[in-house]
This record gives sequence, C-alpha cells and structure tokens, in this order.
Amino acid sequence: MNFLTTEPVRLLLSLLCIMAFVGLNAAYLVLAERKGAGRFQRRPGPNEAGYGGWLQPVADVVKLLSKQLIVPPGTDATLFRLAPLMVLSPAMMCLAVVPFSETLVARNINVGLLMVFSFGSISVMAIMLSGWASRNKYAIISAARVVSQDVAYEIPMLLVVITLLMMTGTMDLNEIVRQQAGGFWHWNFFKVWANPLMPVTFVIFFTCMLAETNRAPFDMAEAESELVAGAFTEYAGMGFGVFFMAEYANIVLGCSLATVLFFGGWQSPFGLWPGLLWFLLKLYALIFTVIWVRWTFPRTQFYGLLNLSWKILIPISLFTLLLSSAMLKIFHA
Amino acid sequence: MKASLLEVPRGFWSLLVGMRVTLGQFFKPVVTVPYPRKTLPIPARYRGHIELTLDPETGRPLCTACKLCERACPSDCILVDGVKREGEKKKSVTEYHLDFTKCSLCGACVEVCPCDAIHFSKNYNLASTSKADYTFDLVERLKAGKKPS
Amino acid sequence: MTASADIARRPEPQETFVLNVGPQHPAAHGVLRIKMTMDGEYVMRAEPVLGYIHRMHEKMGENRPWAQFLPNTGRIDYLSALHYNHAFVGVVERALRLEVPPRAEFIRVITSELNRISSHLVWWSAFLLDLGGFTPLLYAFDDREKILDLLESVTGSRLTYCYFRFGGLCNDVDDAFVAGTRAFVTRMRPRLKMYRDLVTDNIILRKRLEAIGPISAEMCRRYGATGPVIRGSGLPYDVRRAEPYSVYPQLDFEIPTFPEGDSMARYRVRMAELEQSLRLIAQALDKLPAGPVMGKVPRVLKLPPGDYCYAVEAARGRFMVRVVSDGKDNAYRVKLRTPSFSNLSLYEEASKGMILPDALALLGSLDLVIPDIDR
Repeated sequence: MNFLTTEPVRLLLSLLCIMAFVGLNAAYLVLAERKGAGRFQRRPGPNEAGYGGWLQPVADVVKLLSKQLIVPPGTDATLFRLAPLMVLSPAMMCLAVVPFSETLVARNINVGLLMVFSFGSISVMAIMLSGWASRNKYAIISAARVVSQDVAYEIPMLLVVITLLMMTGTMDLNEIVRQQAGGFWHWNFFKVWANPLMPVTFVIFFTCMLAETNRAPFDMAEAESELVAGAFTEYAGMGFGVFFMAEYANIVLGCSLATVLFFGGWQSPFGLWPGLLWFLLKLYALIFTVIWVRWTFPRTQFYGLLNLSWKILIPISLFTLLLSSAMLKIFHA
Repeated sequence: MKASLLEVPRGFWSLLVGMRVTLGQFFKPVVTVPYPRKTLPIPARYRGHIELTLDPETGRPLCTACKLCERACPSDCILVDGVKREGEKKKSVTEYHLDFTKCSLCGACVEVCPCDAIHFSKNYNLASTSKADYTFDLVERLKAGKKPS
Repeated sequence: MTASADIARRPEPQETFVLNVGPQHPAAHGVLRIKMTMDGEYVMRAEPVLGYIHRMHEKMGENRPWAQFLPNTGRIDYLSALHYNHAFVGVVERALRLEVPPRAEFIRVITSELNRISSHLVWWSAFLLDLGGFTPLLYAFDDREKILDLLESVTGSRLTYCYFRFGGLCNDVDDAFVAGTRAFVTRMRPRLKMYRDLVTDNIILRKRLEAIGPISAEMCRRYGATGPVIRGSGLPYDVRRAEPYSVYPQLDFEIPTFPEGDSMARYRVRMAELEQSLRLIAQALDKLPAGPVMGKVPRVLKLPPGDYCYAVEAARGRFMVRVVSDGKDNAYRVKLRTPSFSNLSLYEEASKGMILPDALALLGSLDLVIPDIDR
C-alpha cells in the first residue's frame, strides 16, 4: 500500500490510466459517433458486430491492424513514421493536467492551462509533417490548408482563455474547478456579473475547438480528399487509424477543457457529491454536442472558414476581452 | 455594415434552429426495417418476373401458345411453343422460356395475352452467381409449384 | 466573391494543368467526365465529355413498333420516368387524335407530380451530400419511400415506370391510393417546413450557395436551358403554361421564379416547386372524376405520315419528343430533346474563373441526370 502511493508509482499508474482512457475513448467514440449519426438519421447505426454493435470498434481495429503499413518510396521515412505518433501524443500529455476529480489528477501543475495550449499546438505541426513527408503535391497543399485553419482558430481560442484567466486569476486547472464550487450558478458559463458575454465566450471556445480538431462543419481537409488528395492519403492501415484516433483524442481533450473551464469540472450542479461522475457526465454531454453538430450542418467553404475566424470570431473575442478587463477594473478593483 | 453585423446573431440562430430539428429526430423511432430479419409486405401489383397461371379445372396452364406475348416483347425475352392435342380446340403450351436477363418488366406480355395466362410473380430475391439461373422454364416451374410441399 | 472579376484581374497563367473530374465520382453526378483546365485553384475551361452511357434510345425508337418503345421512355431520365412516358404517349395520341378519358388525364397529372416530388427529393439529397450535409439525405429518402410505395401499389414499379399507355393508363387506381396520396400530402407539408428550418435557412448553406454560379437569363436563352435553371434566373418559363397539355389548364398553380440567378435561386425554385406539386396533387385529387381509364385505340398502331411533337415539363426542364412517321408500324425517326443536355451546355461558359469547389457546387445545382444527356 505504501509503495503504491509513492509519487513516481502513482504518476506512472495515472499516466497509464490516461493512455487507456484515451485509447478506449478513441475506439468507442467512433462507435458512438456512428450510432449517434444513425439515430439522428432515424436508422439503427452499426448493430451487427456483437450484440447491438459493441464489437464494431474491435472489428475495425482488427481490420486496420491486418493491413500492410506502406511507406511510399521517395518519402522521408523517419518523418512519415513520426507524424502519427506526434499527432496522438499531445492529447495524451495534455490530459495529464486535467482534473478528473479533486484527487484524480495525474500531475497538477500550477500552469496547467499554459501547458495544455503549448502542447496542443504540436499536433498541428504533426499534420504539416505528415503532408510534407508524403511527397504528394496535393497532400502538401491540403496539409498547408489545415495548418492555416488551425492557426486562424488558435487566436480566438487563446483570447477567450485569456478573458477567462482574468476572471479566475490562476492557471491551475484544479483551482479553477474549485472556484466553481456550489451550485451550477457558480459555474464560469453563468458568471455574467464578471463578464456579461460569458456564454458567447463559451460558444467561441466551442467553435474554435471544432475547427482545431478538424471536425465538421470545418472538415474541409478531410472532405477535400473527395476531389484532391487529403493530407493523410499516403497513410495505410494503422497509420491512418492513428490519425483517426488522434482526432477523437483531441475531441476528448477539447471537451474536457471546456468542462473544466466553463462548466465546473467535477463539481456537481447542486453542490452534492462532487466527483468523477459529474466530470464524465459533462464531458460526454459536450462530446454528444460535437457529434450532433457534425451531423446537422453542411461543410463551410474554405474561405468562409477563414473569414469566420479572422473577421468575426477575433473581433468578438477581442471585444469580450476588453469588456472583461473593463468590468474587472470598474467593479472588482 | 449594419446588415453584416446583424447577420452574425441571425446566422447563429439559424444554426440553433437546425440543431433543434435534428435533436427532435434523434428521439423519434427508427424508420428502417432490419432486412433480411424482417421484410416488408409486397404490394399486389408488384412486378416480379412472369409466371404461368394454372387453370384450376384442368390442372394445366391456361396458355394456348398463341405467341402474342413473344411478338409483343420489346426485348425478345420469350420463347413459346405448343402442340394441339386431340379433341381440343386450342393448342396447349409445351415450352415457355423466359430470358430474364433482358426483361424490362414493361408488362406488354401480360397485357396482350388474350387468356390471362401469365401474371407477375412476387419473386424479388433473385441474386445468383450464374447467368443460367435467369433463364426460367416457366412450364417446369409451374409443374414444380403443383407438387405438394 | 465575384469570381469573374477576380479572373479579370489575374495575370495570364504561366502554367495550367488538366484535372479530370469523373467519369467515376464520389458524388452522385452520374458518369459525366469534365476535363477542367485549371490555373491553380481556378477553372480556366471546363469541357464536358459525354457518351459514357449512350444507349442509343433514338435508334431503338426506329427499329421497334410504337408500343414497344414505351419501356425505353422510363429509362431515359429514370428519376422522372412518368413525365417521359407522358411525352411519348402524348405524341402518339396527338398523331392519331386519340381521346383520353378525363379520369386517366387526372391520374396522369397526380402520378407525374408525385414523380416530380420524388425527383426533386433525390436532387436535394445528392446536392447536400456534395456540400457535406449527410443527414438530409436520410430524411428525404424517408419521404420518398412513401411516394415510391404509393406508385408501386399502382404501377408495380418503384423507379422506371411504364404506366401510361396510348389512350390512357395501364390500370386504374383504387381508393387506397387516393387515401394514401391525401395522407402523403398532409404529411409532407410540415416536412417541407422542417427542411426549410434545417437546411434552406441555414447560414452555412447560404454562404455556400449565395452569389455562387451566376447564370443570367440571357445565357439560358442562348443555350436553351429550361426548368429550374431558367426559372432561377428570373424568367417564368414553364411548359405547363407556355404549351399547355393534359389537364393543367384546369388546375391552379404558381410558377416559382427567383431573379438572382445564383445557385441559391435555383435551390429555392426547386423547394418552391415541391410546394406547388403538393398543391396540384391536392387539387387533382379533389377533381378526380369517375370513369374508364382507357380510351378507344385502334388495334394496329400506324401513325399517318408526318412530323409530330409533344413537350412536357419534366423535373429537369422541357422534355420534347419529336417523331417522324412514314406510315409504317415503327417510327422513321424519334428525336428526344432532353433538358439536361441543354442545361449542361451552359456549364463551360458559366464556370469560367470559378474556384473548383464552387464549380462543382454549380454542377450540382444544375440537377443533371447523365443518362438524360447521353440517352
């Protein structure tokens, strides 16, 4: 018992748990998405593999593993093999600072928010790497598009987070959650006395999260592959599977952040029995919303996507930032 | 300027309206049928490939091999032949071959027949791996149908 | 986002490449090949290459008797087969001066309008699939199942109908069909509102379609484009009003026209046509008389020598059949003037200077059925 609670062992165990959490989520979120898509479309979704379709991800993984891992000749083999790893690792690393409950944090550092955003940008670089290493003209163009989309949407996301930081005063994620104790009216989403546009900041954060993870309606990069090659065309079998898993891992990360920053993390809505269960409930409610958005809307056009970020989201987030700082100065000095 | 500013909240509202529509559909029952575990009823006038009609009194096909269907078919699918038996006014059919690979289910043969000797079947499960399975010998099929199951 | 102004400002391209779109598509266009000469992202020239599904229907009209050509008409444009049935049956009736009983005419109108609705639902689903919205396909096909079930109970077929005959119909409709169609009309109206909420008013769709692919009325006239293409450019041309046929003069309906000429206008025209078709069906059901469904037809069909034509408003535009007869029991020449052919012909000029995804959105908004082009 003493050995297990020593810091290195505890850290190792929690990191392993996070890796397992991410892996299981990546596999079963695919099923949840397909079943959700089916229900939105008035049909059952996958229900043949296993009872009710529960073995479908297993079937998918077996299929992907059985495919040959082709490294096309002429590509930069090291970078080609490195890119999938670099896409998946940031999500796992960033989840190490997210508080699943008061005590369930892998490593609670006092600049947790900063760490999440710095490491999160590595996955963007990894997509560029995959496009470059593929030695395919269209893959490079597509990857460049993805990068410009991701960079454009990082900015409003960071501005919104700064707005929040001014209110919370700390970057420690667990501390941010503790500040939202009490009932749901204490959650940051509802703190309109600090900033009347708080719900708008959440909407901007959510939109930026969708764009960062290349989810519909911002999935021009994936859809592009209908006409011209996408960034991941040259990847076969499990290489492609890892990119897919990384997309879902990033969704899990983004939704966990949204839960922690805006909806009180592991706090309960009425002040009773806070803990892991509430965190998971909120997390999966947000993931359901991500799936819901995907199956409702058509895709935006590429310039529409960039217009949205540069001409609409950035001005609004700058405005909320100014508003927040003004209110802080006037009312809470 | 004012129009484009107003467009942002209006556009956002249109997104929320759309999401409400899909959420409403999420909670409604499934409209698909888990085929082949469950099948849907086939309407009475469904056009499957043609079959010969049995005359209940004589136990033989009604067809008199007049070859009107063979002439009416736009795709040359039908081959009929018959013999005139002793003591009967009309011929009886001995051969009726349908090449279903060419049939377009237009219904000309069924309509032109003067004695209502052919009708559309309800047979739709016709997947096969050999072309020979689609040349139907309708007289044989009728005989096989007469046998008790 | 005026592409033509952009292209005027752009310098002469140093290097162009040819992008081959098709004949196999992930999107639901059919076997159409378009050779696009591209300057980077911009389309310099889009040259359609036809013939991948040319099945020689016009030749088949020459070497079989009149009645045996009827199944062919359903296969030319399989999505609005009944309209094409109607045109061929109409041309023979016009030549032989056959009387069609009024009950048959009304049933022809009801089934044709149901067919128009199902064709527009397929266009809507496929177009949205092109644009990335997957869900409306399932909703539209749910409605379409109801139509197909209704038409199957009457004709026996679900897609390529061969239901009209010279002088009337193949068989009559029963009360179950009338009740079912009324129930369908009642069900469909709120569904159209749902489609408006989910898709038509959606800001993302509007940004994708507004001001994209402008086609002027003058361009439509030059190329002979008809149907929703010309009605989306401001000209209220509809064969049902311009060359009235069947019992349409007795029915009250509007011709939806939108003046903008962009993809959104064509989209709105087709959605409004769904409403008008429902209105026509409701009126025709109310006015449906009792009586026979088949008129007197001579035993041996030989058209008097001459040149006859008959035009209908199919789902895609004006479909006209022209037959030349020399007194024999098959035609001397059958000419099928199909709407998709003329609608496609303006594509080369209309798509000059557009970005590739916009050019493909324009192609989707033209509502082409490739077998209709190639015949």
